[in-house]
Amino acid sequence: MSQALRPDLRIIADFISTGARVLDLGCGDGALLAHLVQAKRVTARGIELSEAGVLACVRHGLSVRQGDLEAGLGDYPAGSFDYVVLSQTLPFLDDPAMILKEMLRVGRAAVVSFPNWGYWRCRLELLLTGRIPSAPDLPQAWHEKPRWQALTITDFAIFCRKNGIAITRQAYLANGRRVNILKVTNLMSTTGVFLLEHT
Amino acid sequence: MVLYQDTQNFTFAEKTPFTLESGATLSPVTLAYETYGTLNAERSNAILVCHALSGSAHAGGPGGWWSDCIGPGKAFDTDRFFVICSNVLGSCYGSSGPASPDPATHEPYGLHFPVVTIGDMVRAQRALIDHLAIDRLLSVAGGSMGGMQVLEWASHHPERVRSAIPLATTARSSPMLIAFSEVGRQAIYADPNWQDGNYYANGHRPDAGLAIARMVGHITYLSDQSMHAKFGRRLQNREKFGYEFSTEFEVESYLKYKGLSFTQRFDANSYLYVTKALDYFDLSTPAGLAAAFAHSQHIKFLVVSFTSDWLYPSYHSKELVTALTAAGADVTYLDIESSWGHDAFLLEVDTMTRLLGSFVNRVAREAGL
Repeated sequence: MSQALRPDLRIIADFISTGARVLDLGCGDGALLAHLVQAKRVTARGIELSEAGVLACVRHGLSVRQGDLEAGLGDYPAGSFDYVVLSQTLPFLDDPAMILKEMLRVGRAAVVSFPNWGYWRCRLELLLTGRIPSAPDLPQAWHEKPRWQALTITDFAIFCRKNGIAITRQAYLANGRRVNILKVTNLMSTTGVFLLEHT
Repeated sequence: MVLYQDTQNFTFAEKTPFTLESGATLSPVTLAYETYGTLNAERSNAILVCHALSGSAHAGGPGGWWSDCIGPGKAFDTDRFFVICSNVLGSCYGSSGPASPDPATHEPYGLHFPVVTIGDMVRAQRALIDHLAIDRLLSVAGGSMGGMQVLEWASHHPERVRSAIPLATTARSSPMLIAFSEVGRQAIYADPNWQDGNYYANGHRPDAGLAIARMVGHITYLSDQSMHAKFGRRLQNREKFGYEFSTEFEVESYLKYKGLSFTQRFDANSYLYVTKALDYFDLSTPAGLAAAFAHSQHIKFLVVSFTSDWLYPSYHSKELVTALTAAGADVTYLDIESSWGHDAFLLEVDTMTRLLGSFVNRVAREAGL
């Protein structure tokens, strides 16, 4: 399973230290958590909406709760995890600000990955075709479920600055490959991965 | 290979009486139990399964109430695990109950049998587990009233439990649950054959009352959707209405049959005692439900509810999961999409087999088995 780990999840796994307590929000079939348990001996917990996802997680020997992120993380005491992970889910949330705040209450740090609509091809597509570009790493169009709200790495950076969230580590992917860029990241990457802490 | 054994009896509290939550005492106490599989040398592979309202110790093997999940290669794999099931205190399948002889009179106890609680049932089970020299159960599992026993174990005897599987249950009996229990009891009281519980001698048993109690119970185990699917408005053995008060609809016929067959296998007084235990069950404390699991952090929980269960609605399980999470326990939770109502925990065989099997595998692996 670890060989097939999605590129952004590989980076998230790099950000997480050995033996940490990890909560993965929207953990799907548990691929990241199963990898982290094996590779980094973490204490893994997940929240997943779909029955199929929960069943897959239990099959992988993981501890997962079925639940809806939109209801918040009220059940978890503050500081009960070292890392709270949200991978490729941010554009689908009704109240992303609330979730990010909750992640940093429940976790010492948060790890977030999301598709970047600031990528040059997206900009070009809108300019040349006049159509809303679907994110490079998302398959569905704007009218298909689940609905997304486009955002860019620049939008996210501004949000973090305004809300007292420090980006302490970052990594970028372009079409599934990690790219080592320091400037024009918003233009050059299809997905951003960020480690967040309270300032 | 299933090492299947016939029902055995364990009798205790012969010298020192067993004190119940009410303060009353009982002596001696007998529990009927069955086991499947083999206890390993470390005595670390035991799984206790707890039955619901009308169940018995016969959980596995031919005709067992949970034989879908107990057996070689099944979720509770008897090639690897030692599965135990005992009949609850107050019931009528071999454990001490109102139909058992009172040692003082050598007549059946009837209503002289003390009122028992889920806590008492579990403390009696603990005496059996002590007798089997099992220090720690790998898992305790059960649905409905069986799930209440699971939670009682996890809350009051946490040091004896590695993992807990409460299914379609609640940590706190709801007013609706108590209401249905009371309708069932009133049906029994209203039957002149009940005779204040002293019907054992003259053989006139309150079958009509018990049958009505069971009919009401059965309705609560189904769902609107499952009744549509199972019966619809179909008539039983007839083409058109008879405009008379005979059994006409299939659903009527089904309930009547279920009620009648229940009277042939269950004791009316036991029904009173067991439903009373159900009603009293409440693990919540003035400090909230999480405080009930303050010493349960080491226990791995698998909580399961079913979307169409209106007797133990999913919100009960969600509240439980919230409390367990707040208490710092390791919880897995799933609300299974099902149209079968409360009965789903026995009927959703495929999903349950996968879920329970995977969970027990993990618990066994983490316990070094």
